[in-house]
Amino acid sequence: MLETALKGSRKYWGLIIFLLAIISAGFISYLYQFRIGLGITGMSRDVSWGFYIGQFTFLVGVAAAAVMVVLPYYLHNYKKYGRIAVIAEFLAIPSVIMCMLFIFVDMGQPLRVLNVLLHPTPNSVMFFDMVVLSGYLILNILCGWTVLGAERKGMPPPAWIKPFIYIAIAWAPSIHIVTAFLYAGLPGRHLWLTAIMAARFLASAFSSGPSLIIILCLIVRRFTNFDPGKEAIQTLGKTVTYAMIINVLFLGFEFFTAFYSTIPGHMHPFDYLYTGMEGYGKLVPMMWISNILAVVALALLINPATRRNEGTLAVAAVATFFSLWIDKGFGLVVGGFVPNPFERITEYWPTVPEALITLGVWGVGFLVLTILYKVAVSVKEEVVYDKYGERQVKLFK
Amino acid sequence: MSINRREFLKIAGISTILAIGGMSATNVLKRNWLDASQVLPDPKALIGKKWAMVVNMTKFKTEYDYKRVINACHRIHNVPDIGNPKREIKWIWEETFEHAFPGQEHEYMGENIKHQPFLVLCNHCDNPACVRVCPTKATYKRSDGIVMMDMHRCIGCRFCMAACPFGARSFNWINPRPFIKEENKEFPTRMKGVVEKCTFCYERLAKGLKPACVEESNGGLIFGDLEDPESDVRKVLHSSYTIRRKPELGTQPKVYYIIT
Amino acid sequence: MYNGWKIIIGIIIFAALVTAPFLLSGGKVVAKPDPKIDTPEIQKLPENERKCVESKEFMKTEHMKLLNDWRDSVVREGNRIYIGAGGKNYDMSLQNTCMKCHSNKKKFCDECHNYAAVKPYCWDCHIEPKEKET
Repeated sequence: MLETALKGSRKYWGLIIFLLAIISAGFISYLYQFRIGLGITGMSRDVSWGFYIGQFTFLVGVAAAAVMVVLPYYLHNYKKYGRIAVIAEFLAIPSVIMCMLFIFVDMGQPLRVLNVLLHPTPNSVMFFDMVVLSGYLILNILCGWTVLGAERKGMPPPAWIKPFIYIAIAWAPSIHIVTAFLYAGLPGRHLWLTAIMAARFLASAFSSGPSLIIILCLIVRRFTNFDPGKEAIQTLGKTVTYAMIINVLFLGFEFFTAFYSTIPGHMHPFDYLYTGMEGYGKLVPMMWISNILAVVALALLINPATRRNEGTLAVAAVATFFSLWIDKGFGLVVGGFVPNPFERITEYWPTVPEALITLGVWGVGFLVLTILYKVAVSVKEEVVYDKYGERQVKLFK
Repeated sequence: MSINRREFLKIAGISTILAIGGMSATNVLKRNWLDASQVLPDPKALIGKKWAMVVNMTKFKTEYDYKRVINACHRIHNVPDIGNPKREIKWIWEETFEHAFPGQEHEYMGENIKHQPFLVLCNHCDNPACVRVCPTKATYKRSDGIVMMDMHRCIGCRFCMAACPFGARSFNWINPRPFIKEENKEFPTRMKGVVEKCTFCYERLAKGLKPACVEESNGGLIFGDLEDPESDVRKVLHSSYTIRRKPELGTQPKVYYIIT
Repeated sequence: MYNGWKIIIGIIIFAALVTAPFLLSGGKVVAKPDPKIDTPEIQKLPENERKCVESKEFMKTEHMKLLNDWRDSVVREGNRIYIGAGGKNYDMSLQNTCMKCHSNKKKFCDECHNYAAVKPYCWDCHIEPKEKET
């Protein structure tokens, strides 16, 4: 099936070349980081994780969110998701790849990465995270590829793939729960030391991931002949609505606990993030943009008229995605480190090479995504009718 | 019997994977140790079950009292002086009371106490969070209670820095070598990309010497074994009122402070 | 041949890539390594003490394993004394034992490592002995 990725329009190759250019810029920046060390980033002794780990955390959520499509389809036989199950699974693959790359570029001694396997340490959440992420990657490649291959041949998926699909469904939340445990089990980091950290992660994942799937479905429909289906997109919109409401509620719960108890350690990171502290407030504008985007998204999502309109739904999806990208990819990680254990404030802001490397990793993700979607869409265009005998290709171009 | 191209490719692929996998597995397994009976501890080594330190702040009066101790440590361990607080590396240093014991200060406290510098270092916790999170056992607790760093194994993930509630750990953001004024040729430096911290002078204990800071402190730092009722630390802890940093977090820090 | 020119170009590129290492270094004769153990420190030792911790043959092939074991033994187990082949005790230390005798890192270590194109990162941390530029 991979050969279908080698035949494409001018636009397709243009996109591939554009992504390759971004990847090259990132790669050159990485070589610079490799030579000098992580000192080229904005991270410091006090804020020792930054943009890279933030992106990793966010993308684990995007990867896990595939389950929001796969679960209704396989466990509840929700037929409308039949066409896009592979779209969701093929989003999980580049997401996990990006997660792994972000961990890799964040390492001080990347050449020693295999030490994690040579000296396995089950009491480290990082070790578990690596295990569950690799497992999830393999499961998604296996399930997505096999099912798509069967669709191409016009056959039902082979029976042996079923248990793997069920395992993948159970596995998806686990990758995000384990990632939350990276943070939630650390003494002395008040922003992270909260029992609802894993729940918050899942809520934010199940709103940002399906948002991205909505955006991708709309793009695919616009630029190819494959139609993911109006109803599928609408149902995703409902998923985003509920998950986003829960996500904002959870954030509210955190605020309540911190500010009603008035325990200084619990309030400080929120103070720093949303109002600034002692004259330091580099992240304040970002956090408020995130808040405003969340409000806009919720308004558009909750109102049935704007949710049903695909134009406004798209705006809501973009707003949700970026709101959570700031909240999780930036605020959550940096906020955990400010103030530091001595109650001093060191601020963080990514440097240019750091941003280029980040962009490069996203480039790799989008390249893999483009190739996988090209394959999937080519198969769909070839078979014309979905599993249930409905036309999944547009009638006219 | 004939096989078609597809089957041939399948068999070839699987056998390649098995061969590579098998080879790497045997390579890992047969990282043969040379005969382990050939090694011994130094007979002069100081042996303890739970090393700990008491910082007697009443003995630190002048700026020089602090500097002497800090310099002794940083000089023999090739700790670089980077100058930039974002990149700095420190094993033992000064923090004022309000920053070393956040939450303990109050607004009516005298400036002299609030701003009194305290010596802070790795607490060598009995229940260390950093050890729990390390994915490679690069940081680990020795049987004598020292929380050690194996810089050879550290992958630089900095999970330990996030886990340590005492800010005791430093990361080599850049190559530290150019920032070491005078190298101690008996001790290694570090390279970029690894985490480091105080090791209670494990290299000196192994030769029968007390930690360098203790030796230079004129009695301001007391070092000994908590499991030995006759040790200096046990006697001081019995007779004086001591506090620890953030005991509520349950990491069981083993550095104690006498304030008055 | 169907798609013939594509195949031929592919074969040419493949052949060029595979043979590149040989073609690029072609003709250049790399001098055989000749590690030296004639440092002043070793010369000063009496004849019967001019021995390494293990036999020359063993050290030649196994020094990397030995150093790995020393590292783990010292850093992780706290055992610092190594009983050598002759029953003599040594302090296990690359910097303070090995290099005290083998003070010629360039001729002793680098000579073979360069030839074999291996780059052990010992010296990123362990301080190498001062050598006169040759």
